Amino acid sequence: MIEIQELYKYYGDRRAIGPLSTRIAQGEVIGLLGLNGAGKTTTLRVLACDLLPTSGSVRVAGFDVVERPDDVRAKVGYLPDRPPLYDDMTVREYLTYAARLRNVPATNVKKRVADVEELTEIGNVANQLIGSLSHGFKQRVGIAQAIVHGPELVVLDEPISGLDPVQIMEMRELVRGLRGAHTVVVSSHILTEISETCDRILVIDDGRIAWSGTESELSATLKQGMRIALTVRAQGSSAAVTADKARAAVTSLNGVREVEVLEPAEAGEGIVTLRVAVSSDVREEVGKSLVQAGLGILELARERELESMFLELLGEGHEHAGRKRRKKKQGEQDTAASEAPAPSKESL
Amino acid sequence: MRALIIARRELYAYLRSPLGSAIIAAALLVDGILFYFASLDTKRLSAQLLTQFFYDSSAATMVAGLLLSMRLLAEERQSGTITLLNTAPIRDRDIVIGKFISSFGVLTLMNLLTAYMPLMVYIRGKVSVGHILVGYLGLILLGAAVTAIGLFASSLARSQVVAVIIGAAMVASLILLWVVARAVNPPFNTFFSGLALHHENYRPFMVGTLSFDRVAYYLMVTYFFLLSATKVLEARRWR
Repeated sequence: MIEIQELYKYYGDRRAIGPLSTRIAQGEVIGLLGLNGAGKTTTLRVLACDLLPTSGSVRVAGFDVVERPDDVRAKVGYLPDRPPLYDDMTVREYLTYAARLRNVPATNVKKRVADVEELTEIGNVANQLIGSLSHGFKQRVGIAQAIVHGPELVVLDEPISGLDPVQIMEMRELVRGLRGAHTVVVSSHILTEISETCDRILVIDDGRIAWSGTESELSATLKQGMRIALTVRAQGSSAAVTADKARAAVTSLNGVREVEVLEPAEAGEGIVTLRVAVSSDVREEVGKSLVQAGLGILELARERELESMFLELLGEGHEHAGRKRRKKKQGEQDTAASEAPAPSKESL
Repeated sequence: MRALIIARRELYAYLRSPLGSAIIAAALLVDGILFYFASLDTKRLSAQLLTQFFYDSSAATMVAGLLLSMRLLAEERQSGTITLLNTAPIRDRDIVIGKFISSFGVLTLMNLLTAYMPLMVYIRGKVSVGHILVGYLGLILLGAAVTAIGLFASSLARSQVVAVIIGAAMVASLILLWVVARAVNPPFNTFFSGLALHHENYRPFMVGTLSFDRVAYYLMVTYFFLLSATKVLEARRWR
């Protein structure tokens, strides 16, 4: 369905994505995961033919995005992070307009609009002005316009952005409902969101695919180097004493690589928060050891924050990238300084 | 065909928003006031009054043309709705033509609503139908050129205010070419006066003289700026 080879996109001198290569099969639901600025939106915009690549090849449904953009656009439905909605139109007028723009035959427009209204559950607001709708309904209308022409590929950029928990659940259902009829590419920086809705995950970092696989593969990979967040308390002890006790209790365990004391996650006497880097899943052992050391466990959780995931996925390279860059820069400066000719008396 | 879908949506937006109605009403009011004061001069011949009317209307047409066209692409970019057009199987050329048709249509409607004034001159005075028709042809062509310039300016800016400022600067520069023409020696004076948006090219229409050179000039200006707006849209995809 999608073939991307050596894709690069530059904004001026700045590389937004590249080199990026991947293949996505028909009917797959793919999650594009990455931090802000990683290149997710640019990749999606290239897929939707909103932007053209600087170099490389992108083929959607057999058509090249540069050579046959109109053919690609006819087969793609795109919901950008900000839905492209006209506040002065009613939902039905807007969907009719979107359908006509996207080559839906005039005789079929009414039916298609009714179908997507039903699928996205916006029939009860079909005659309301878009400007008067809630954010959740606007997102639904955004998805409706993306699928009104029955595209083979649906591209959704951060579809749950700004939604409340109930709306998030509804949106997940909606995205899952697209499975089968369409190939779907969803971007998000929230791992749980991607893992709930997608068959396969592509992790994008610095414009490149840093990792690719299923949710279970990702979990297996992460267990090799997971992090545990701990908040413990020792009654009648100071924070420093508690931290020392906890560190001693945890460090001696097999599989514990590093213990880091953080800012306390909650206020109170003798409360300490730690982050423990482990090479295998030793959560139970950590819990037992802390209890044996006389510490009360207020919280013990595996970190699933994206930033932490990235550090795990990308290992030392990412975790210490800043430090390494600084060291490298310092080294270069030292080398440059040592190689630079000493100022001569004349130059002085 | 696709252009007409966009034109229809834009016309709808003009009708729904107070901006379109306000611009038309203001332009008609100014036209009416200027016509009233011009008609107070009893020594003026009816043909002269008609010429004065087309002169005054040209100013209202240019201002209204810029104000109507400023939103065409700038607003779409500002609100993010340009993505809907950019990702639909529709050519940039059709987007520009659709936008142009809507704005030009509203401007032409505005000009036609002034027809009662020349009609009064026709009934009460001695002017030919040809003078009136040629005068309106000039107004419509001038309106098309200014709308195209405004559309081009709108393609460059994200803000409507910036778009109208760019458009006004371009229109003013093209109008003032006749001043440049006066300051330079032949053959450059002919060249510059031939390029002036209003003076040399519009005056024949005011007095009822149909010149195909002048018609061609306005059509070329319109085409040039519509093509430029299309190229701007195309270029943005490569950015």
